[in-house]
Amino acid sequence: MTTAQPIAAPASPEFAPDRPGVPEAARESLIRARGLTKKFAEFVAVDAIDFDVAPGESFGFLGPNGAGKTSTMRMIGCVSPITGGVLSVLGMNPAHDAALIKGRIGVVPQQDTLDMELTVRENLIIYGRYFDLSRREAGRRADDLLEFVQLTDRAKSTVESLSGGMKRRLTIARSLVNEPDLLLLDEPTTGLDPQARHLLWDRLYRLKQQGVTLVLTTHYMDEAEQLCDRLVVMDKAHIVAEGSPRELIDQYSTKEVLELRFPVGVLETLGTELDGLAERIERLPDRVLLYADDGEAAAAAAHARGLRPETVLVRRSSLEDVFLRLTGRSLIE
Amino acid sequence: MTAVARPLPARRPSMTGGARQVFEYKAMVYRRVWRGSVFSTFLSPVLFLAAMGIGLGSFVDGGNAIASLGGVPYAVFLAPGLLAAQGMQTAASESTWTIMGGFVWDRTFHGMYATPVSVAGIVFGQLAWVTARLTMVATAFFVVMLAFGFVGSPFGVFGIVASVLTGLAFAAPITAFAAGQKNDSVFSMIFRFFITPLFLFSGTFFPIEQLPLIIRPIAWLTPTFHGVALARGLSLGTLDPLGAVVHLGVLGLYIVIGAACALITFRRSLSR
Repeated sequence: MTTAQPIAAPASPEFAPDRPGVPEAARESLIRARGLTKKFAEFVAVDAIDFDVAPGESFGFLGPNGAGKTSTMRMIGCVSPITGGVLSVLGMNPAHDAALIKGRIGVVPQQDTLDMELTVRENLIIYGRYFDLSRREAGRRADDLLEFVQLTDRAKSTVESLSGGMKRRLTIARSLVNEPDLLLLDEPTTGLDPQARHLLWDRLYRLKQQGVTLVLTTHYMDEAEQLCDRLVVMDKAHIVAEGSPRELIDQYSTKEVLELRFPVGVLETLGTELDGLAERIERLPDRVLLYADDGEAAAAAAHARGLRPETVLVRRSSLEDVFLRLTGRSLIE
Repeated sequence: MTAVARPLPARRPSMTGGARQVFEYKAMVYRRVWRGSVFSTFLSPVLFLAAMGIGLGSFVDGGNAIASLGGVPYAVFLAPGLLAAQGMQTAASESTWTIMGGFVWDRTFHGMYATPVSVAGIVFGQLAWVTARLTMVATAFFVVMLAFGFVGSPFGVFGIVASVLTGLAFAAPITAFAAGQKNDSVFSMIFRFFITPLFLFSGTFFPIEQLPLIIRPIAWLTPTFHGVALARGLSLGTLDPLGAVVHLGVLGLYIVIGAACALITFRRSLSR
C-alpha cells in the first residue's frame, strides 16, 4: 500500500483554494487520498482507502462490479461529496473548488451522457461551451478531436445513429475538449466488441504518450494490463493490493498456470491426486488451475500420476489470477 | 493535446455558474425542431380563439355584451384568460419529460455537472430557457388575439408578461418535482389531475363566481387563477392596484419556492 511510502511533504498547505495555477502539492501527486470513505446511508461503498496518482501516470482501479470503483471516480470527479478522509485533486479540495477542478479534468462516465438530439459535432461544441470556450475555439477543437477519434465523417450525424463504439469514442473526444490535465475513465470499453476496444485503447495510449494522466476503472484484466502503469485491486470497498501489473503477478501468482479441464463428473471425484503438483491449486466449477513456474513440467507430472484431463492448457499468469488469489473470486461472474 | 507540467492558470468559474451555456444548449436543441414548433405555436391559439371565442362566444352572448363578463363580448373576456392559461400548458410540457430525461434517459444534466457548470447554473439556465419559450408562445398568442380583434385595451399587451409569469409559476415547481422522478408515468397524471382541471376551473372560461362557494378558495390558491385575473384585468382595463399586487405576489411566491425546491432536487440527483 502507498501508506508505507511517505509522500514528499508538500511545500504549500495541503489545500490552497485561492491560489491559481498548479499548487506545489499537485506536482507530487495529482490525486491524493487518505482514508477516503464513501457511505450511502448504512452502506459503505468505499472504506478508508489510500492512494496517490502521479502526474503523467496511468493508474487503474481493477475490481468486480460493486467494489467501489465508480464511487471513488465520482468523488475524484467532484460529483460525489466524500463521507470521510482526505481527498485532494490537482492540489485542490473537491469540497471547495469543484468548479476549478472540473475545469481541468476530463470525464468519461460509465454511462454515456451524450445528447441524442444534437449532432456529433454539436455535442462537442456545446461541451466546450460548458468550459467557457469561445464558440470559435470550441469549433476548432471539435474538428481536431473528431479527427483524433476518427469520427470526422460522422460530424453531422445525430448521436442516435452511432454504434456503441463510436459513441464511446465521441464521449472520449468530448472529455478532451478542455485539454484536461487528468482524464477519468470509468469502464471505458465495457460492452464494446474487441475491434472497438482496440481502437479505444490505441487512442488512450496516444493520450498517455502526450502526457495526459489517465485514471481508469475496469473489470477487464487485459485492459488493465494494456493501459495501466500502476493499479490497485479493489474488492468490497477496500484496496487489497497495489503495484504494476507485472509486480502484482510476480507477487501474487506464479509465472505460469496450468489449466486442466476434466470430463463432467470427474472433477468432483478428484481427491488428493492433485496435491503437490503445483505451488497452489484453485478449483473452479469447470476446471482446475495449477499455479507453477513451469507449467509443462506440472502437466507432465499430472500425466505421470495417471490424470487424464479433457484439455490441458499452459498459459502465463494474468491479473485475473492475481484477483482470484486475493479475493477467491473471479473478476467477471 | 496537453502536457503534464503546464502550469495552467486556473480559470475562475463563471459568475452565472454556466446558466448562459445551459440556455445556449437548450436553444441549440430547439433550433432543430423550431419549424414544427412555430406552426403549432400559432395553430393552437387560432383553433382555441376561433372555436371558443367566435363559436361559443356568439352562442353565449348572441352579439350582446353581458354584464357578468364585464360588459364585453365573450371572446374579449375569454382571450386574455386563455393567453395566461396557455402559459401553464407550455410550462408543464417543457418541464416534465425533458427534465426527467436529462437525469434518466440522455443523462445530459449529469454530463453538464461533470464540467464547471453548477447545479444553480443548470436550474437557472433551464428556467431561463422556459422563460424564453413562454415569451415566444405568449407573443404568438397575443398576435393572434390582436388579429381576431379580441384585445380589450392597449394594456392587454402586458398579458404576455402575465402569461410568462403564470407559466413560470408552474415550470419552477414542476421542474423541481420532475428532477426526482425515475419513470414518467406520473407526468400524465399531472396533466390529467392538475393541468386540465386548472385550465377548466380557474376562471379561464367563466368567472370563478360561478363556482360553488366552497370550491372558490381552492381557485384562489392556484397560480392559474391569479395569472388569468392579471391578464384579463390588463386586457379589459379593470385591474385595480391591490389586485395586481396580490396576483403578482402569489405568482412570485410559486416561482421563488419552486426554484428553491429545484435547486434542492437537482443537487440531490446530481451530487450523490
